[in-house]
Amino acid sequence: MTALDMSSEPSRPPTHAANLAPKMDRAPAAKPVMPTKVELRDIKFYYKDFLAIKGVNLELRDKSVTAFIGPSGCGKSTLLRILNRIYELYPGQRATGEVLVDGQNILDPRVDLNLLRARIGMVFQKPTPFPMSIYDNVAFGIRLYERLSPSAMDERVESALRRAALWDEVKDKLRQSGMSLSGGQQQRLCIARAVAVKPEVLLLDEPASALDPISTQRIEELIDELKSDYCIAIVTHNMQQAARSSDYTAFMYLGEVIEFDETEAIFTHPKKRQTEDYITGRFG
Amino acid sequence: MSRRMSIAIALTVVLLVLALLSLWFESVAGAVVAGLLILWAWASALWERLPPYPRRRATNYVVLALSYGATGLGLMCLALILATLIWNGLGAVSLDFFTESTPASGNTGGGMLNAIYGSAVMTLVGTLVGSPIGILAGTFLAEYGRGNKIAPVIRFINDILLSAPSIIVGLFIYELIVLRTGHFSGWAGSAALAILVVPVVVRTTEDMLNLVPGSLREAAFALGTPKWRVIVTVTYRAAMQGMLTGVMLAVARISGETAPLLFTAVNNQFWTTNMNDWMPNLPVAIFQFALSPDANWQQLAWGGALLITVTILGLNILARVLTSGRSFGR
Repeated sequence: MTALDMSSEPSRPPTHAANLAPKMDRAPAAKPVMPTKVELRDIKFYYKDFLAIKGVNLELRDKSVTAFIGPSGCGKSTLLRILNRIYELYPGQRATGEVLVDGQNILDPRVDLNLLRARIGMVFQKPTPFPMSIYDNVAFGIRLYERLSPSAMDERVESALRRAALWDEVKDKLRQSGMSLSGGQQQRLCIARAVAVKPEVLLLDEPASALDPISTQRIEELIDELKSDYCIAIVTHNMQQAARSSDYTAFMYLGEVIEFDETEAIFTHPKKRQTEDYITGRFG
Repeated sequence: MSRRMSIAIALTVVLLVLALLSLWFESVAGAVVAGLLILWAWASALWERLPPYPRRRATNYVVLALSYGATGLGLMCLALILATLIWNGLGAVSLDFFTESTPASGNTGGGMLNAIYGSAVMTLVGTLVGSPIGILAGTFLAEYGRGNKIAPVIRFINDILLSAPSIIVGLFIYELIVLRTGHFSGWAGSAALAILVVPVVVRTTEDMLNLVPGSLREAAFALGTPKWRVIVTVTYRAAMQGMLTGVMLAVARISGETAPLLFTAVNNQFWTTNMNDWMPNLPVAIFQFALSPDANWQQLAWGGALLITVTILGLNILARVLTSGRSFGR
């Protein structure tokens, strides 16, 4: 019954972590609060007539990691897919509301989708190397928007692969097919590919859920490093992962953001009963 | 006694009478059918009495036996056809077979060079014309057909074309080209073959593109890639082998087609490279030679049939090897 009560409650205005007085015994190390990069205003999402996301308001801060957790089907991946409008590939899916990236509403139909997606990179659950060489995989996105000399391209590819902590493993086989790599390497290749086009926002849709623990750890370390340059949003089923690698966490349930706060606060002092039940494993 | 048992006994009596009656009228088939029905009635009655697990196992064995039987039958037909072809055709295949043109009736020796050449050229032209059209149409159906109202119509029409009797295609080209130009020609034959290539390639291209995981396309779009570029640089690359296989299957299909050439290229007993002329080709040559009383011609027809069959078999095996080599980009 409580679930019904909760979901009928209007969604809360976004909580700014900065406004929260530290209630923990061990106060977290003071983090500078970064400016807002992406702001979602009353986002609703429809699959045909089905309302999958029921009015979400929240802000993603620059150079920070925001994690989305919640049970399967709660709309976290859907929410992520709104941010680069990849959902528009499929007829019958539509979003209403506003997504402001640096103040510009990207849901505006006049926004050029290709340019938008170049600004907002995405990495998917399954590694998706293109059927081409490792080098070409990384250069693929760069070639779309920039004309570089071969040496400049080599540098860009190398720096992207270094950024993705993959360079040392592949530097001697850049001409091999990207599909010859292991799953974890493939996923890092996809991250390198996304990073190579120098996006502003990086969307990670369960990037480690298909990987073994060691690869997962490498991806998490990578996220931690990438955070210094990007605004990162990550969807994960793995609560430890959210706790370990994010600064802010949004708990979603049935298409609504139930609670959004600093990660530490969500995992130590959740304000909502449902959040607590979920993170302690009582449902979901 | 179960109900089945009583039914079985009743059926047996009735069918025995029927079997005896049909034997009386010297109809062996009737007796055999009656016998099989009796067997079936008893088997199903005994079936009832088996406990569930043994019954399931027995079902398994029966169905397995039937499946093996069906497979064996199919393979046996193929083996018999190949064996007959090799037995009769191998004698005709010599160096002359590949270097000399078809002989006049009543002569000895000669080969099929002109027919092999004509077939090869018309197949090549047909494939070169038909494949691009098929690939583009298949691409439209797979990549742009979603949520599109005419795509299902095109798909349906394509399926009809796929199973249309090839002689109709020959007649169509006869109307369209042969009557307008006033003569049979290699071009007309090529056009008929091209029309046969299109639906095969459309089908396989669409199927192969649909096999490319959506996640791969999404990943390409997520980098800000325009749609045409996603298709050309990512989807085509991932589906390349399958699409090539489709083209090869189309080649295999048209290289043995006789009917569409009957009203278009007809045949030519002499060597020619003039595509405006009647064009010699293997299938029609085999058709004519096999029907003739001339033993030499019959021998050449066997050789030609063997050559076509081996070529098609080779193409199919090659297609198989290509597709099994690698799974789609994942």
